[in-house]
Amino acid sequence: MDVRGGSGVNRIASRPVKTLLYVAAVLGIFLSTCSPASALPAFARKYGMPCSSCHEAWPKLSPFGQQFKDNGYQMGNDRDAPIFQSPAYWPVTFRITPQWHRDSTNKVAVDQTATGEAQVTKHGFDWSGLDFHTGGTLAKDFSFYVLPSSDNTGAFHFESVWARLDNIAGSSWLNIKLGKFELDNLLSEKRILTLTSISGVYTNYHFQPLYQKGVPENPNFVFGIGNNQVGVEWLGHSKDDRTRISASLLSSNDGSPSLPTSRGYDGFFAASRAFQLGSLGLQRVGGFAYLGEAPTYFQYTSGGPSNPIAGTGIGNKGYQRYGLIGMWYIKKFDITTIYFHGTDSAWLASNTAAVPGATLPVGAHSPSWNGGLFESHYNLNPQLIFINRYELVRMSQQAFTGDGVTAANPSNLGNTDVLTFGMRYYPFISSRAGFAYHAEYAIIRQRGASPVTATDLTSSSLLFGFDFAF
Amino acid sequence: MRRLQITKIVLILAIAFALPFAAYGQQMESHEGKWTGHSEAGRQLYYRYCWGCHGARGNGDGENAPYLNILPRNFVVASFKCRSTPTGTLPLDQDLFSTLGRGINFTNMPSWAALTDQQRADLVAFIKTFSPRWKTEKPGDPIQIPAEPALTVASIKHGGELFQKLECWKCHGQEGRGDGPSASTLTDSNDQPIRPYNFTSDNRSKCGKTNQDVYKIFMTGLDGTPMPSFADVIKPEDAWDLVHFLRTLQYNNKSPELTLWLSTKEGAEIVNAKKVQNTYTGSGVKP
Repeated sequence: MDVRGGSGVNRIASRPVKTLLYVAAVLGIFLSTCSPASALPAFARKYGMPCSSCHEAWPKLSPFGQQFKDNGYQMGNDRDAPIFQSPAYWPVTFRITPQWHRDSTNKVAVDQTATGEAQVTKHGFDWSGLDFHTGGTLAKDFSFYVLPSSDNTGAFHFESVWARLDNIAGSSWLNIKLGKFELDNLLSEKRILTLTSISGVYTNYHFQPLYQKGVPENPNFVFGIGNNQVGVEWLGHSKDDRTRISASLLSSNDGSPSLPTSRGYDGFFAASRAFQLGSLGLQRVGGFAYLGEAPTYFQYTSGGPSNPIAGTGIGNKGYQRYGLIGMWYIKKFDITTIYFHGTDSAWLASNTAAVPGATLPVGAHSPSWNGGLFESHYNLNPQLIFINRYELVRMSQQAFTGDGVTAANPSNLGNTDVLTFGMRYYPFISSRAGFAYHAEYAIIRQRGASPVTATDLTSSSLLFGFDFAF
Repeated sequence: MRRLQITKIVLILAIAFALPFAAYGQQMESHEGKWTGHSEAGRQLYYRYCWGCHGARGNGDGENAPYLNILPRNFVVASFKCRSTPTGTLPLDQDLFSTLGRGINFTNMPSWAALTDQQRADLVAFIKTFSPRWKTEKPGDPIQIPAEPALTVASIKHGGELFQKLECWKCHGQEGRGDGPSASTLTDSNDQPIRPYNFTSDNRSKCGKTNQDVYKIFMTGLDGTPMPSFADVIKPEDAWDLVHFLRTLQYNNKSPELTLWLSTKEGAEIVNAKKVQNTYTGSGVKP
């Protein structure tokens, strides 16, 4: 018996109406409810604050979260030392993302085709690597962070290992960090909101030019401004974090342990200033520079240059990365803009050992390029964020301009465009754990980068996943 | 029939969208300098930053509240510690705005200085929507703070005498460590145990770190805590003497009052006798 009444016909007729009403009600609540999002639940648990306090949408920091981080993961209300926590408190968070993804590349070297290239597409269920974040304070004004991180086979490495002296002599302008850490990038790659194999990193942060058509980047020189580096960092900031400035002295090894490359040192400098623009929100502008050097050859043992002795890299040559950043807020909409400029030594670009008396290959030049990034977000409420990003890289000086035998590189060789769309929805917000439905599509095109025919290389990636942290 | 169903749809849609907004009462404004705060904008900020402790309804029952030893403020009661208005009255918008920017030391309330002034003004406006008091009452008239008199040794000594006479020591302890004989019996308006302020731990009080801030605490009290208002008990010049004396208890803070007090033989003996030399607590917090 149908106690709700109505004829069978009416029930059938009312079904879409009820469905519509249900959807409308859910949508209304969904769109109107502003309860917050989460990030490093270890911090959220410590302070009992919703993750949305520190994250506009985790893991992206809000200005309050940036201040908390800059202050050595301290609120500054004299409840920061571990003594104020339950003895059982253990500042550990893990994060992993089970997912389905589809990755496709239009030109992969294969033997079965006449051109030697074919489109390769793969898809299926998968999971990401695992991050074990542990961080916080050891005592008031002594902070730390250790992040063992694995790939999805379970092979671990240390992504971060550092300790920091905070507010030395009571000054927020004097903070010293030692260890392996993320560079003071305002647009943090470690807090990136996109997860695909293409957009899980910022292209501009890792771009290295091709030497020639069909010749990949120098395998002996790998650098990414988005990679965590090893060294010491001084950071100073105003109490309200509106002004920030930092300088780092780093080992020239791209964050690798055990001193595998040279005895050289790099420098990274960053400064920014935030200001309030009416009721639009907090705007921030800044700049950064990375001045580095990398070895071009090693001392070696029996077997010759193919058996280099780790840490003996010499013949250092320089490379630089510069950038200007703006983070612009118009209430719930924000856009980050970055201008990049990069140059590499011709020795590094051509993978030429700068032994005494050596000369560069004919046609080798110091490559330089310009890049841009536009990342916009619409943060409808702390539970829902839409993401769009466009990155481009344009070569301004090719690494190879012809040697009489091989033609000069086309001017657009290596030019890159990346477009990404994504959204994250956090179905619940708490101060204990975080969960996000993640959907994303990204596509990248690199001019002349295909491995055999040196034509345009295009890859795309689609990902749906459950991103969670506890 | 069809019209009825359409009406139903429209009605339910309207309710679905309006409910979350209607639940938070009327629109409010706040005014702080050139900033006018709007409660609707503040609502979004509140449900990003504040609800975890203060609760979705502002009554201090957020999911984290059970784990705090000083419970979050209940905005429905609208009783606030840090005011420039007499005890029992509503605070000025400026008082709430300042509290957001400063935080409340020794509690879990952090400084929200990282927010913009506009955002803090919006939050103040929204906080005011929780209590009907903001509809029926006006904030009290702010107390007048007379100019601080010249700092003298006599002023410090007189402040010390008042500290005894007014029995401040019963809660705060003879050395200002918050360990007086009544300390363990004190409760706040939530019936939660509350510890008196330990003057030796910091130079920041719950409501600011300037001498004017400390003066205000005497004269307004900290509503919701056992700290009463002394506005009807002591004269302004006495309150200033008390401020000068209390600064000498903060022997880790090189204030002018402490410097002057240490320059006297009597003061140096007293302060040095109280000091715990070069030691640290287990937390690493300087004593």
